[in-house]
Amino acid sequence: MQSFTTHTGIVAALDRANVDTDQIIPKQFLKRIERTGFGQFLFFDWRFLPDGSLNPDFELNQPPAAGASVLLARRNFGCGSSREHAPWSLADYGFRAVIAPTFADIFFNNCFQNGIVPIRLDEADVDELFKRARAAAANGGQYRLHVDLKACTVSDDAGFERSFAVDSFRRQCLLEGLDDIGLSLRHTDEIAAWEKAHGLPAVSH
Amino acid sequence: MPSAPRTLLDKIWDDHVVCTPSGELPLLYIDRHLVHEVTSPQAFEGLRLAGRRVRRPEATFATPDHNVPTSDRRLPIADPISKQQIDTLRANCREFGVRLFDLDDADQGIVHVIGPELGITQPGMTIVCGDSHTATHGALGSLAFGIGTSEVEHVLATQTLRQAKPKSLEVRVEGSLPPGVTAKDIVLYLIGRLSTEGGVGHVIEYTGECIRSLGMEQRMTVCNMSIEAGARAGMIAPDAVTFDYLRGRDHAPKDYDAAVARWEKLPSDPGAVYDRVEIFRAADVVPQVTWGTNPAQVTGIDAVVPDPAAFADPNDRSSAARALDYMGLAGGTKIVDIPLDRVFIGSCTNSRIEDLRAAASVIRGYRVAPSVQAMVVPGSGRVKRQAEEEGLDRVFREAGFDWREAGCSMCLGMNPDTLAPQERCASTSNRNFEGRQGKGGRTHLVSPAMAAAAAVAGHFVDVRHWQYK
Repeated sequence: MQSFTTHTGIVAALDRANVDTDQIIPKQFLKRIERTGFGQFLFFDWRFLPDGSLNPDFELNQPPAAGASVLLARRNFGCGSSREHAPWSLADYGFRAVIAPTFADIFFNNCFQNGIVPIRLDEADVDELFKRARAAAANGGQYRLHVDLKACTVSDDAGFERSFAVDSFRRQCLLEGLDDIGLSLRHTDEIAAWEKAHGLPAVSH
Repeated sequence: MPSAPRTLLDKIWDDHVVCTPSGELPLLYIDRHLVHEVTSPQAFEGLRLAGRRVRRPEATFATPDHNVPTSDRRLPIADPISKQQIDTLRANCREFGVRLFDLDDADQGIVHVIGPELGITQPGMTIVCGDSHTATHGALGSLAFGIGTSEVEHVLATQTLRQAKPKSLEVRVEGSLPPGVTAKDIVLYLIGRLSTEGGVGHVIEYTGECIRSLGMEQRMTVCNMSIEAGARAGMIAPDAVTFDYLRGRDHAPKDYDAAVARWEKLPSDPGAVYDRVEIFRAADVVPQVTWGTNPAQVTGIDAVVPDPAAFADPNDRSSAARALDYMGLAGGTKIVDIPLDRVFIGSCTNSRIEDLRAAASVIRGYRVAPSVQAMVVPGSGRVKRQAEEEGLDRVFREAGFDWREAGCSMCLGMNPDTLAPQERCASTSNRNFEGRQGKGGRTHLVSPAMAAAAAVAGHFVDVRHWQYK
């Protein structure tokens, strides 16, 4: 798994609540059997017009979000379907962190498996970040945030700094890029003991 | 000292924690793993690359459902990418020894319909699937939730999952279900009140007289949509309804009485404490219709589309404005004045025999409105055959409905069953997200009876006043 320690990147501000995984990656792209190559389909129905050209009204297509790697959004980001194609497409597009007041549970867990840090901040802090991103855009610039998973902080160059909470195990896996299946397989004896205690036949392999 | 009173969730959780290694998340044992074609290929590929095997193939059950055509099954699958995905599932099941209910299997169907139907789903079990509507199985008193593909791979390899224990939320629905109101209306109403994120981090246990009075399939409808309130899972304590439902099913325990004796100990103990409790009255619920682009944007059949300006919260206001723009609706429009182009009866929420009976009883003796194209997609091969034995297929066909083969179909439109842009659909499915049923398509979520009545009328009608023939 791709590890994550610190990252500084341009912010794409997507001022919407309840962004569901059907929007992040529409169903017509779920037929692929690979894990890679989904970035071209990210937010497909929002990003592209019916004729296939870029939709100039969509935030990701506008100059302030060019080259963005930190996504800023509103409440309940990633709700809906369990499709891991959502974080696959975000990661493949180049996003390394998503900041929102709240996330849907399955999406939140899926992020950690794909080198993306999902960051929950208070609604007021998210509001402040939207303000700062808008102010930078109004000046023709881009807004950058610095994410430090070791210190569990998000900061900018103009005095914003907040810490965020993250499960210590998931954080460690991400910092070290650990294979969590490999970690769990270290406990095969305990798994076998549980199976025996519950009357299941032993696994032969 | 007697142990402290525990909830249904506590009991299942405690029984399944394999170990909690220092500084790590607990490893939770998984009793049943359901697999479908869309979220599993990358997981099997991961196993192959790492040289790993499926730890318990006999606890793993697979079926193609999301991406399958619902037209004539004897014809080859027209879409080569869809065909490749289904072929990949076949090859993976063969290679790893997993039981597959294939397209030509009499028991193929939507994974959340066939699990309970075949008795694979049982009280007290932990059940996962790479699908967010796995919560359906909680209706039988199991802890069932959706997972991502990396977690699918983890379960295949270890038969466990890394999980922090979720919080418990009791959703109590008091009183009896009013006439003409169904389980679908109850759950849509609850989502409207709880919001799309009200259940985040929680497992909902549905309790109360109204819930207890529901049949097994109606309970599945309620639990199915728990995820739409953001909940990790939904569950209902097992009781005589559950035990009667499971008795004699293919995969039910051989010593059934002993199993029932175990299951009877599962319901939450008197005095068990939930992290949160929300109480509702069944009498407040009328038939529900969604007007927006998330399931919490819902109102009663007797109401009007809300004015976005009326929402106090700025997020809710902008969401409502965006939703109405997408849906092509204006605030103040009466719900009964919304005309329809399509009607879809199906999905893991509402495609079981009781759903089809409810819809058929409404349309018996009527014709689908000339402006409406309507279809029924049974949840499984078994549901389809049962309906045909009861003559329901004739009722639907004579009324002008298409009668299809089992699958997820237009719930998510991965197969050829989709809405055209701006087409407006009354759907018994679970999500009204933008583009869910087809790019630009407009979805209104309703119960099977409400969908059937709307198909006949060509617009929404209050099924409580329906003239049954």
